[in-house]
Amino acid sequence: MKPAESQTPLTFRDYASALKPVWCPGCGDFSVLSAITKALAELALRPEEIALVSGIGCAARIPAYVNAYGFHGVHGRALPLATGLKIARPELTVLVTGGDGDGFSIGGNHFLHACRRNVDLTYIVMDNQVYGMTKGQASPTTEPDWERGKLTPGGPQINPFQPLVIALASGANFIARASSSDPNGAARLLVEAIRHPGFSFVQVLSPCVTYRPEQRHWKKLVRPAPVEATDEPARAARRLLTDDSFNIGVLYRGHRKPYQLAMGSAGDNLTLIEEEFST
Amino acid sequence: MSTHPESQKTGVSVIGSVAELLAHSLAIETEAAERYACLADQMEVHNNPEVAKLFRKMAEIEAMHIDHVHQLSAGVELPHIPPWEYQWQDPESPEAPHDGDAHYLMTPYHAIELALRSEQRAADFFAAVAGSQTTEEVREMATRLAEEEREHVRLLEQWLARLPRPDEDWDEDLDPPNLPD
Repeated sequence: MKPAESQTPLTFRDYASALKPVWCPGCGDFSVLSAITKALAELALRPEEIALVSGIGCAARIPAYVNAYGFHGVHGRALPLATGLKIARPELTVLVTGGDGDGFSIGGNHFLHACRRNVDLTYIVMDNQVYGMTKGQASPTTEPDWERGKLTPGGPQINPFQPLVIALASGANFIARASSSDPNGAARLLVEAIRHPGFSFVQVLSPCVTYRPEQRHWKKLVRPAPVEATDEPARAARRLLTDDSFNIGVLYRGHRKPYQLAMGSAGDNLTLIEEEFST
Repeated sequence: MSTHPESQKTGVSVIGSVAELLAHSLAIETEAAERYACLADQMEVHNNPEVAKLFRKMAEIEAMHIDHVHQLSAGVELPHIPPWEYQWQDPESPEAPHDGDAHYLMTPYHAIELALRSEQRAADFFAAVAGSQTTEEVREMATRLAEEEREHVRLLEQWLARLPRPDEDWDEDLDPPNLPD
């Protein structure tokens, strides 16, 4: 990380690291990276005040491309790692980035409990309904009839995981959907997600142009959510269950108090943390 | 009016001052320069040096345009505008080539075509401001900026005319880097 040398306002360019992304040209993740850097600039956070944590996958490469603290961890384990970091260093703004396979399959159980614990994190999932890095296998969010994956001839034939519904049911405090076709709009949602206390979950529709080239048309399907975000879980559940996955915007804003240690800091008492999490 | 969900705007008529217009112009040129540099990086990573060099050149040209906007803005305090509140029609900045239009096998023809579309969008944006219900000063500046963008369009059209058209199968890769398993 390159620390900011002065207190002069930073622009989104100051949050880009020197590394060049290796994503396929046309990948939606470029826009998500742009949205993240714009959001950080709008929030006027210094690089040394930010940490990005990820697991494995194309989307999980983002911490390397952002000028901030970064941790590229193991597959599916970004959320517990980020949870520990936030508890130990509550002054940091902690973002977690990854894809649908990393977050909802390998890390699926962590996703449930991160929502439940409601630690003040922002989880950004670039959802392209495919495992791109491992060459195009069906992921938890793949449609049942997607036939192009060689491991699933005839399609997965099982209902896709519903990440927003699951997040709501598990206790996430802020739920939104963005589109990589609108990086500026995604930046606005990320700013709101980061500011909202507790666990914020933002699904970003981010096409995989290599294994799901048909997803280039998503930009023509997305639309603003027809109604304002609600703070009533039951109403949000009804909306999300009938949602066709292309409504963009904030879909739920909760009021749960974020998890934090009852006393002292994480460094003071490890036993206390274990007790807190076991309750 | 924007048709995109996260960029619903009331139209370009809300640009009510020259300072605001110049802030838009600066953002447009900055985003374009950044996007071209990013595309150049992508083409270098994917071993397409000819197009990488071209995008790098475009980034340099856009950097000169940034300097030009700074000159126009001398003595003017530009307002800070959050990225989602810019008054352009498209969800993306008009002059920035769209990320989704890039391909690792694209040819110089495609690259200039991409740049041409972007410059045309910028010209359209400034022309829309010039034709909107705003102050005479804003209209004058917008007209000037639109004409500058049209000049860029003409230059790119000439450039494009000198380039060979790509073959029909330009994107066919007999040894693709990402074969499905």
